[in-house]
Amino acid sequence: MKILVPVKRVVDYNVKVRVKSDHSGVELSGVKMAINPFDEISVEEAVRLKEAGIASEVIAVSCGAAVCQETLRTALAMGADRAILVETSAELQPLAVGKLLKAVAEREQPQLVICGKQAIDDDANQTGQILAALMGWGQATFASKLLVDKGTIRVTREVDGGLETLELPLPAVVTSDLRLNEPRYATLPNIMKAKKKPLDVIPAADLGVDIAPRLRHLQHAEPPARKAGVKVADVAELIEKLRHDAKVI
Amino acid sequence: MKVLVIAEHDNHKLAAATLNAISAAQQFGGEVQVLVAGCDCAAAVSEAGAVQGVAQVLSANAAHYRDQLVENLAALAAGLVRDEGFNAVLAGGSSFGKNLAPRLAALLDVAPVSDVVSIAAPGRYVRPIYAGNVMVSVESDEPMQVLTVRTTAFEAAAAGGNATLRELSPREDLGVSRLVGRELSKSERPELTAARIVVSGGRGLSSGEKYREVMEPLADRLGAALGASRAAVDAGFVPNDYQVGQTGKIVAPDLYVAVGISGAIQHLAGMKDSKVIVAINKDPDAPIFQVSDYGLVGDLFEMVPELVAGLAVQ
Ligand SMILES: Cc1cc2nc3c(=O)[nH]c(=O)nc-3n(C[C@H](O)[C@H](O)[C@H](O)COP(=O)(O)OP(=O)(O)OC[C@H]3O[C@@H](n4cnc5c(N)ncnc54)[C@H](O)[C@@H]3O)c2cc1C
Ligand SMILES: Nc1ncnc2c1ncn2[C@@H]1O[C@H](COP(=O)(O)O)[C@@H](O)[C@H]1O
Repeated sequence: MKILVPVKRVVDYNVKVRVKSDHSGVELSGVKMAINPFDEISVEEAVRLKEAGIASEVIAVSCGAAVCQETLRTALAMGADRAILVETSAELQPLAVGKLLKAVAEREQPQLVICGKQAIDDDANQTGQILAALMGWGQATFASKLLVDKGTIRVTREVDGGLETLELPLPAVVTSDLRLNEPRYATLPNIMKAKKKPLDVIPAADLGVDIAPRLRHLQHAEPPARKAGVKVADVAELIEKLRHDAKVI
Repeated sequence: MKVLVIAEHDNHKLAAATLNAISAAQQFGGEVQVLVAGCDCAAAVSEAGAVQGVAQVLSANAAHYRDQLVENLAALAAGLVRDEGFNAVLAGGSSFGKNLAPRLAALLDVAPVSDVVSIAAPGRYVRPIYAGNVMVSVESDEPMQVLTVRTTAFEAAAAGGNATLRELSPREDLGVSRLVGRELSKSERPELTAARIVVSGGRGLSSGEKYREVMEPLADRLGAALGASRAAVDAGFVPNDYQVGQTGKIVAPDLYVAVGISGAIQHLAGMKDSKVIVAINKDPDAPIFQVSDYGLVGDLFEMVPELVAGLAVQ
């Protein structure tokens, strides 16, 4: 069973981003970038399935500029077998990524695609669901547990009310949530080994899909800042403030 | 302009998020219809029909809609949107809506817009990105607008409507996913995303036992919902559905009390629109104090019981 893991290069989760002064976007120059944390979880899950003898091959795929090769090397260092960069310098929105991933999935014929639940930059939470629809496959989003059993997969999902378990035929798309696993750190020897693993570059144009953005991002703004309030001296003062100033209790 | 809201329900009751989506749908200025697909879901259908501003409820009743499995629901909704010429489709930004809307949009070959917090005009929205640190205005010319709306940004539509009801014929069962089971948290407390007061605990609580010992009396006293940081959920103090934040639930109560929570941006993303924020933390430099109206520096194991006792005195 082949597993395809889409990985996105995003601003590191520790960075507090700033809007550019002309409001055209977010300041990215000199900002630390990393693999989307959810994608790290997906890679980990796929590698564990390989280690358990369930998956035969783990392929990481990223869509974007040449620098996304770094992100793919991270996935390779964690244990992915090979990587594919669908290269384009154009802006990609989730529908376009879904179409590119579909083209890759048609070439590679994976039984399982594990996406992240959401990219922490656009916070879209869309791509996995879009890919599943385009492929005509089932989807199990927000997975916190995943069991593969021959032609089916059992996925426990984190939903608003608690947990829900679904069974789906393969092939299918799963999106990973935070508690699916704890990703390993890539060790230095594995980082070295990853440099020799195959990484194919496919120009996005070769996949023959329409990737033109459908949404225009007109203006970026910082939300109104909350002003820091006061420190209260003790519990009595807190209660007094809540009762008489804020009047919320 | 015809706008469809996809109802989230358990065949009996509508989820609160649907009421927020209905009031967002009204901002399109057209006719609002609600799709209720389920099985033996007459109660949910009539509840939807009694929501103010709903012109028509479309119901599809079949066994394969009972469990709200997304493949069947998305196919049904996509067919409906095409056949009946809807201009926009909305769902609440809950785990249900987030699971469904992008799939539906892809079936229609349109770009979905997630987590809309304001609607300037049909096709003109504002949504948060980067954990709410940036608000972006988005413009879309898609012939069918598909969006999820952040529930805290739109009032719940009130009762008092009188919609017409129309039954749809169900589509075939695609037979893709199957529900094995649900473990839903049962609680007497208000629902987290709709509560007027939320008290949340973080890693500072140190264990599940301590979380319950310290936080429950406070929630009881305030009639509050209980929430948590990711760290508290990951450590197993509380179930996953307690998580507030960028990738958890978004809340905006009148009062949010953060106990033993440091205030990472991912947590703030889920609660910084609360009206009044109180933080109790022993670290005076904890970032949570930068967004708190009232900060109390001290050991939560002393402060919270003292607060509970103090609140008992009128
Ligand atoms: C992709 C991604 C998504 C994430 N999504 C979310 C999310 O949705 N929600 C979320 O919450 N986090 C999320 N996080 C995690 C986030 O970055 C933080 O790690 C997390 O919020 C920290 O939780 P915490 O504040 O409880 O723990 P800590 O940061 O460890 O803080 C504990 C606090 O408790 C205080 N404390 C300890 N003991 C006491 C005591 N006795 N009395 C008083 N105070 C005490 C400490 O001073 C400290 O400030 C996400 C992270 C990533 C990478
Ligand atoms: N450019 C991309 N390249 C590869 N995978 C992506 C890309 N964009 C999104 N994804 C995948 O889709 C998931 C959800 O992203 P999003 O829908 O943008 O929130 C990510 O966690 C990735 O697994």
